[in-house]
Amino acid sequence: MMYSPAIIAEAVVNGLMTGAIYALIALGLTLVYGVLHIINFAHGALLTAAMFAVWAVHVAFGLDPYLAILPLTPLFFGLGYAVQRFVIGPASHGSDSNILLVTLGLSIAIENALLAGFRSDTRSLNTDYGFQVVELGPLLLSKPRLIGFGAAVLVTVLLWLLLSRTDTGKAIRAVAKEKLGASLVGIDVAHVYAVTFGLGCACLAVAACLLMPTFYVNPRIGQAFVLVAFTIVVLGGMGSIPGALLGGLFIGVVESLCGLFLGDSLGQIGIFLIFILVLLVRPTGMFGAKA
Amino acid sequence: MLEVKSLRAGYGGTEVLRGLDLSVGAGEIVAVLGSNGVGKTTLNKVLSGVLRANDGEIRFDGKTLTGNSSADIVKAGLIHVPEGRKIFPNMSVRENLDLGSYRRGRDRRSVNLERVFDTFPRLRERSGQAAGTLSGGEQQMLAIGRGMMAEPRLLILDEPSLGLSPLLVEEMFALIRRLNGDGLPILLVEQNVVQSLECASRAYILENGIFALSGSAEQVRNDPDLKRAYLGM
Repeated sequence: MMYSPAIIAEAVVNGLMTGAIYALIALGLTLVYGVLHIINFAHGALLTAAMFAVWAVHVAFGLDPYLAILPLTPLFFGLGYAVQRFVIGPASHGSDSNILLVTLGLSIAIENALLAGFRSDTRSLNTDYGFQVVELGPLLLSKPRLIGFGAAVLVTVLLWLLLSRTDTGKAIRAVAKEKLGASLVGIDVAHVYAVTFGLGCACLAVAACLLMPTFYVNPRIGQAFVLVAFTIVVLGGMGSIPGALLGGLFIGVVESLCGLFLGDSLGQIGIFLIFILVLLVRPTGMFGAKA
Repeated sequence: MLEVKSLRAGYGGTEVLRGLDLSVGAGEIVAVLGSNGVGKTTLNKVLSGVLRANDGEIRFDGKTLTGNSSADIVKAGLIHVPEGRKIFPNMSVRENLDLGSYRRGRDRRSVNLERVFDTFPRLRERSGQAAGTLSGGEQQMLAIGRGMMAEPRLLILDEPSLGLSPLLVEEMFALIRRLNGDGLPILLVEQNVVQSLECASRAYILENGIFALSGSAEQVRNDPDLKRAYLGM
């Protein structure tokens, strides 16, 4: 099967645009893993919750999904902070396996609460720009996805600046590698854990706002994204911010090209082939620290 | 400055510190000496708020610090340079020093940074380098420099000479005297009995969670039991 270069180029660009959102979701996952050293099993359910929040504020107040970033990002940061500080932290008693179980339990609780509240119906938003396209040379690009791409890259850059330039960011990186040393310079480790978890949830809120103009939501939708996000985290290197961004873009392109050549329903097969290959050949990922 | 009264602490059901009384006065170097496993590290952990005391009292500057968080203890100016340095290996030398003033001395960060760089020119040369790639001696300097960034009112040095070459050990003790020369009281927790007693004014010998011996460095040095046990004389 041969396609014209323009179609392939469009598939690549489309992949990059989807990939940027994947990257944003992976960013939250990799940040929490890098600092707290746990896989947050509630990540998918929290994404679903954020998407429902975007839908709800649109239906209730007519709030545009992009404008919803402004209230929902701080709201989800606060929610994440509180969940880590008052639920996961106290319930873990310092044991990582406890944390795994707590986040797993949390995801089941959130998912079923959403199922009870919204039923298993699939819902989507109608915006006037949902189907608008932007002409870029020979390429026709979906406007909301282009906005999503720009915003996701912007958030990644902001997060990177936060981690490298501010005292809070430095404290997060210090706690990630040397907890005792961090305590001894007066860093409140429990607070830093909660801030990190909050940042992870804030990433999800932004991702949800960027997704909703072109995507739908149902109580199980988050799991599909998190499976891909987890692949990205492994591919990019557990805990690596640039790894999450580049891994996300790469996976987006792979999915898009596989969809083009193998048919839409097989689009994700490439992702998981790559996942297996990475685990076989370079288990620390592209940007992961050497074991 | 620092006063510890009948301090008891341990892990789970095991009591490691079984009633310690200790004091460090203004401008003093006080040594806590003892071999491995007698409770030196536990004492430091309790003093820096990482581990809770089971009983007893810690007073610093007239205020009770017992049960306070590490953050509060750092804020009060009781700064602990830990055994094994515990620097942040993934971050640059400069970032490590920045974090030294995370809780205390933040307003005067740039002034203090210059002071630390003047004390340790080596750290200035390597300020952009990842701390994990420094040599052991340089890491020890960084750990002390990081402590200095918090403008300590009392500095606890935990095994600062551990793992250093004999030449660097000499340098380390010279540095301790120099820091103290500026009026900074130091609690020196060490295995290196001979050199610690040379620079300390008073010393405590820790054995199985209690102070078996204490007094002026002179007295302790001339104690027949200590000579036999630690100096092999």
